[in-house]
Amino acid sequence: MTRELFYADAIREALLQEMQRDENVYCFGEDIGDYGGVFGVTMGLIKEVRPMQVRSTPLSEAAILGEAVGAAIYGLRPVPEIQFGDFISVAMSQVVDLMASYHYRVGTALPLTIRIPSGGMLHIGNFHSNCWENWFTHVPGLKVVVPSCAYDAKGLLVSAIRDNNPVLFFEQKRMYRVIKDEVPEELYEVPFGQVRDVCDGDDLTIFSYGNMIPLAEEAARELEKKKISAAIVDVRSLLPLDKDGIIERFRRTKRAIVLHEARTFSGFGGEIASLLQEEAFDDMAAPIIRIGSIHTPVPMSPNLEKAYLPSLNQVLEAADKLMRY
Amino acid sequence: MLTKEDKLKMYHYLVLTRTFEDWIFYICHNQDQKNPMVIGKGYLSTGQEAISVGASYAMQENDWMAPSHRDVGAHLLRGMSMKDLLLQYMGREGSPTKGRDGNVHLGKSELKSLAFISHMGAMTAPANGVAFAMKYKGEKNAVISFYGDGAAQQGIVHEALNYAAVQKLPVVFVINNNRWAISTPVSTQTSVENLADRAVGYGMPSSICEGNNVYEVYDHVASALDRARAGEGPSMVECKSMRMSGHGTYDMAKYVPEEEFEEWKKKDPIKWAERILKEEGLADDAYFEKVKADIKEQLNKDIAEAVKHEQVRPGPQELADVYAE
Repeated sequence: MTRELFYADAIREALLQEMQRDENVYCFGEDIGDYGGVFGVTMGLIKEVRPMQVRSTPLSEAAILGEAVGAAIYGLRPVPEIQFGDFISVAMSQVVDLMASYHYRVGTALPLTIRIPSGGMLHIGNFHSNCWENWFTHVPGLKVVVPSCAYDAKGLLVSAIRDNNPVLFFEQKRMYRVIKDEVPEELYEVPFGQVRDVCDGDDLTIFSYGNMIPLAEEAARELEKKKISAAIVDVRSLLPLDKDGIIERFRRTKRAIVLHEARTFSGFGGEIASLLQEEAFDDMAAPIIRIGSIHTPVPMSPNLEKAYLPSLNQVLEAADKLMRY
Repeated sequence: MLTKEDKLKMYHYLVLTRTFEDWIFYICHNQDQKNPMVIGKGYLSTGQEAISVGASYAMQENDWMAPSHRDVGAHLLRGMSMKDLLLQYMGREGSPTKGRDGNVHLGKSELKSLAFISHMGAMTAPANGVAFAMKYKGEKNAVISFYGDGAAQQGIVHEALNYAAVQKLPVVFVINNNRWAISTPVSTQTSVENLADRAVGYGMPSSICEGNNVYEVYDHVASALDRARAGEGPSMVECKSMRMSGHGTYDMAKYVPEEEFEEWKKKDPIKWAERILKEEGLADDAYFEKVKADIKEQLNKDIAEAVKHEQVRPGPQELADVYAE
């Protein structure tokens, strides 16, 4: 049975069903208990599970993620929440130094999932809007996923919880009550390391993920009017990365835009562009164009934030440029 | 109450630790630097073995520990063999970290120990996680969280102390106050006279003990562990001691006043234990000499065995294992 669910409710359902299925799965973080989380994602969960299975903690991100490491070593499957993704910087050492290298060094698996509400477009400034996923794709031992629809939010979260490695689950908080799509009632997994074809096209491919998928879709509709047929590929699993899937999709159109909300400079788009020039140079009809945010802190004012973020025009202009080759 | 057997066993582990680390020190200063037997440097607990031995002797079978870098005594007592430690220091096949890490950066889930990382104080956070998992599962076990006077100044330690206290986690924080953090004396690290004075600020009890008296360390840590197992929450034991060598074997500690070393030599933990054992009529000099000779013989045997192991070489397996299955 499927029905339409908001992105936030798909996440809530995955958490609840996984906690009901396996008592080793438990959720904790700042304000996630009785209050239900600052975005309401965990609303009421505490009443539906065992004691301590959903729990509010002190305001201590490093201690929270440290708890996750210790509890995972002891055999639980912790699912900590970092209230705003930006605050993970406080706990960086626990993630990068301890968590990521533990299995390689010691051979002990760390089955844990960090929920990281991420991204901007809500006019809440530099400390509540950043997209730091590419910090973590540079770290061996972590997995990094970014769902862009409710179906993937549930399926990728279930896969993350069942994975025996630390998974950084970058929820797109702008999508919580905006994005709504068909989600099965039962549990299912969306496997890591596989791109999702959002739509097919013949002339160029937009590789994107997370918050930028709706912008890519809008661009594709506009390009259609100009008789340019754009495919959209949701990369969604940044680490592990579906390299073969990306190369194969690129070969279909020979032209590509890489679009993400994170800043362009030193962003994940560079990895995709390099992959394509290393592995698919012979099929390249035009240079890869990267589009991301500009290299400033995330501004608060709606006008400034709009100027900071990628725009529809940028995508349309990039498409025009690609088609001139 | 400690029996005669207990007291002699603790003495054995003091000597075992000393003998092993004296050898590491000797080799680090006398090996061919182009073809070294020990990779990297030694980080030793020489002259303060009583903290690690006394505290870990108080652990019950199902307790866990998060050792720091001066806890070879605890590793040995909890089942790591001298040969394991030699292989770890030599980076050879069969080392607990397969040559992927070295010296004191080790731990084994099978032995209920967490694997230390160099970021001082970092392990207090996962130690809390193990403690939470015990509580979550309804088990009456506890965790020892070891850290030093240098690490006590780290933010993560403050987070972890507060986090454990407010959530009544079954943890005992054992502070190895050896007066020096590399070249910085504790008087430059903190304005409090005793690190244990801080406990009141976190809402947990604390005690201070002679860190070089192994039986006194045991008494303090044993009551703190009992309290933790009874569900009454964490406590702190500050062990006053002195680092009798440099931070690592490369450091000759010229910055430490000679009088300070002289004063603390009188409190050598092995001699202190011998004094007590003699006073209580439990052992005599002949016994002590026999223990030392037997351990020396065992060390020589283990070294002969360890050097038969091949140096770790890169191969498919050495480059794998970043992720768990």
